[in-house]
Parts: sequence; structure tokens; C-alpha cells
Amino acid sequence: MSVSALPSRRDEAWRYSDIDAVTATWPLPAPESIIVPAGGDFRRAIVQDEGTIRQIELVLGKGATAALHVLNIGGAYGRIELGVTLHEGADFTLGAAQIGGGEQNLEIVTTVTHAERGATSRQTVRSVLGGTATGTYLGKVAVARDAQQTDSEQDVKAMLLDRSATANAKPELEIFADDVKCAHGCAIGELDAMALYYLQSRGLPPAEAKKILLQAFVAGVFDGAEDEEKLRALALAKLGELV
Amino acid sequence: MLKIENLHATVADKPILKGLSLAINAGEIHAIMGPNGAGKSTLSYVLGGRPGYEVTEGSATFDEQNLLDMDPHERAAAGLFLGFQYPVEIPGVSNVQFLRESLNAQRKARGQEPLSGGDFLKLAREKAGLLKMDMDMLKRPVNVGFSGGEKKRNEMVQMGILDPKVAILDETDSGLDIDALRIVGDGINAIMRRPDKAVLLITHYQRLLDYVQPDFVHVLAAGRIVKSGGPELALELEREGYAEIAA
Repeated sequence: MSVSALPSRRDEAWRYSDIDAVTATWPLPAPESIIVPAGGDFRRAIVQDEGTIRQIELVLGKGATAALHVLNIGGAYGRIELGVTLHEGADFTLGAAQIGGGEQNLEIVTTVTHAERGATSRQTVRSVLGGTATGTYLGKVAVARDAQQTDSEQDVKAMLLDRSATANAKPELEIFADDVKCAHGCAIGELDAMALYYLQSRGLPPAEAKKILLQAFVAGVFDGAEDEEKLRALALAKLGELV
Repeated sequence: MLKIENLHATVADKPILKGLSLAINAGEIHAIMGPNGAGKSTLSYVLGGRPGYEVTEGSATFDEQNLLDMDPHERAAAGLFLGFQYPVEIPGVSNVQFLRESLNAQRKARGQEPLSGGDFLKLAREKAGLLKMDMDMLKRPVNVGFSGGEKKRNEMVQMGILDPKVAILDETDSGLDIDALRIVGDGINAIMRRPDKAVLLITHYQRLLDYVQPDFVHVLAAGRIVKSGGPELALELEREGYAEIAA
């Protein structure tokens, strides 16, 4: 993950990035390194609300578990990049929401490497984008030759509030083992017009109706998070700004 | 209370309502019957303000206000309730949360204080009991995993909680078994049969009218009311079919 040369849009992992913003902050500090020892448990909630590039390298030892919950909402350009390596039987969970309006460019880029057998990974990412905002999820799952019985899942959905907003979603699998389960699903859509009308017909003003549907859309990604209530409240406040 | 005059409406540029007139006074229950494609659901959506249902001519007033100028949520706050033929499933949003926010949005629009959580639950429990609906179902996401009959009962629970002045019930009886039909019929009577309220029942069948006795029955065909009468008209329709009556 650590890139020494300034990336350009020709680099796949930076294809949708705001290169001017990246250039302005280059060189990046070394990625934060987190090592969870065998059998350990790690949890963290990350709120990106000021337009920064955060890079984290996470290594899970044998049988370790880690859950990261990410809310990517702030700044003109905000990027969260995770490199995760799973050893035997480790379990990684990512629950992320990115919510952007105006001209914001928000990215979540993950590489999850199943290095040894029997590890599991679950990634759930929800993006809500209005205005001319861009939201990107690039998620690579790499399964090594010896990482049999890998079980990985990527569940990626984006909601566009305006026709001028952009969502990029690219789940990517690179599998060298033969006994694995790697699921990935991706959907990009708009708020359901009939559901919106149904809510309004009961008395909810349009903005409230949208907010309640969007709240439901991102609900669930913060289940079990450290600071679950705080993340939900921040997400809801940001949604309130968009509708 | 609700006055519709010479209403013309189109859906995707196709004319559906072609000069419909109807006046509903407080304390009255009206039934509209008619063949498939006559414009019954279009009428309910036009009155409910669904986007895409465009009024091209005529008027609709509700308590002397121009209904057609109001947004859907403003119509609700003014006291109009639309019971959907196909209630919408909304994953992730609980009935209780949605109804409390809806009711309080209506109260705010009317300049009333919001209802507290405790008072709201008490109200919800009472209305759910009226419709013999388990309170646990009200805590579940709106209509998700509900059977056809449960969805219709949920519509009536919503009507009970929101306590409208006028209810337009679009085929509330479809999808109901015999027992559920009676429960829903009793619910409509308990909630809406009052001197200051009115109901417009849209239905295909006489059977709901056995429980909710209408004061007036209208036949809608090709976008217009072609015949009006008392409750006996529904029986006549059931016996002879629309073709005879509407001809």
C-alpha cells in the first residue's frame, strides 16, 4: 500500500481520486500499523470529517478478530485506505458509510489478503451521494494459494440523491486457492419513489421522508461498533445536510 | 367536506379521469365501484397527490381549501388519509418510528405539541388492539414480511393513529380473508363513522359493504361517475354486473 511516488490517475487505486488534493498533501506520512496478536480482538471507529488521507495497515494473527467501523463524511477530499492481512482463522469486519454532497470526493480503498487458511472477512459499505459528489469503493480480496476455506464477502451499495452525483464501486477478487467462498454484491440506485410518496402521504415533509429512508439505508453498518450511537448521530446529521 | 368537480387527470399523458364530480359531506360514507381500468385507483392517487398523476381540468377542494395545490404531506396534515391498495414495504424503518414521526410532523403543521414517546405508544397500542394486530408487528419494519391481509390491517392501524377527517380507502378489502375482512370493517366503523368524518371506499365487491354500510354508492366507468344511488345499488351491481348498470 505504501506508495513512494506521487500517484496519478493511471494507478488503479487512485483512478477516481482528487489528484490535486493528493499532490497538496504529498508525501503522506507512513501508514498507521496495527498488529493484532494471535487470539486478540481489536475494535475501532474511524470518523473522517476533515478531508484527510488515512492509511492503515492491519495484520491479524492466528484466530484474531478485528472490527473497523468507518464514517467518511468530511472535507473536499477524504480517503480511507485499509490494507488487511489475515492469518489462519482470523476474522475481519468492516462496516463503512460514506456520505457526501457538494463537490466532495470520498473514497474507501481496501485490500484484504487472506494469507492463510480458514480466515473470514466481511465488508459492508454504504455510500450516499448528492450534488456532484463522488464516492468510490475499491475493494480487493486476495486469497493466497494456501488459504483454503477462506470465507469473504463484500456488500456494497450506493444511493445517488441527484443525477449529477457519481458512485464508483469495484469489488475485485484474486484467488489462488481452490476451496474458498468469496461473495460480492454491488448495487447503485436512487431512493424508491413509491416509498417516498408513501411516507409523505402519512404527513412527513419530503426532506424528513428522504432522511428516514437514508437512515435505514446506512443503518446496520455500525452494528456492534465502538461509539455506535455517536457514529449513527454523526451520520444522521450529515444526511440531514444533504436532503 | 370533499368536493370534486369535473376532474380530468392523466397518467403518462394518457387521460384516465374524464370529468368526475363527487361531493362528500361530513358524516357520510361513500363507496365507489367500477370495472377494472375505470380510474378508481387513479382517483385515489390524484386526491392523495401522487407524483405523475396530473390534473388537467377541474377542481378538488377539501374543507374549502384547494386540495390540488397542496403537497402530499400537507394533505395529510389537513386531515386526508389514503389507504393504499398495495401498501409499500420499507426495510429498515420501524412502523412505530415512522408513525410517530409522521403524526408529530402533522401535529407540528397544525401548530400542536408533539406527542411524547409514552403517549404515542399508548395510542399505538390502543389502535393496534382495535385491529387485533400484535404490538410486536408495529415494531417491525414497515410492511416487510407482512401478508397481504396484515398489510391492509396495518393501513387501518395507521389510519387509527393518524385520525384523519377524510379517508380514501383504495381496495382495502382486497387480499383479506373473511375474518380479516370483518376486523377491518369493524375498524373502519370504529375509527371513521363519526359525524365530523367521512370515508370514500373504493372496492370491487359488495362484501366489504356488508360490514361498512355506505350512505351512497357510485359507479365509476371510463373516468366518470355514471350512476349513483343508495346501498341497494351495490347489491344490484353484484347481481347484474357492471356491463348492465353502466351501459
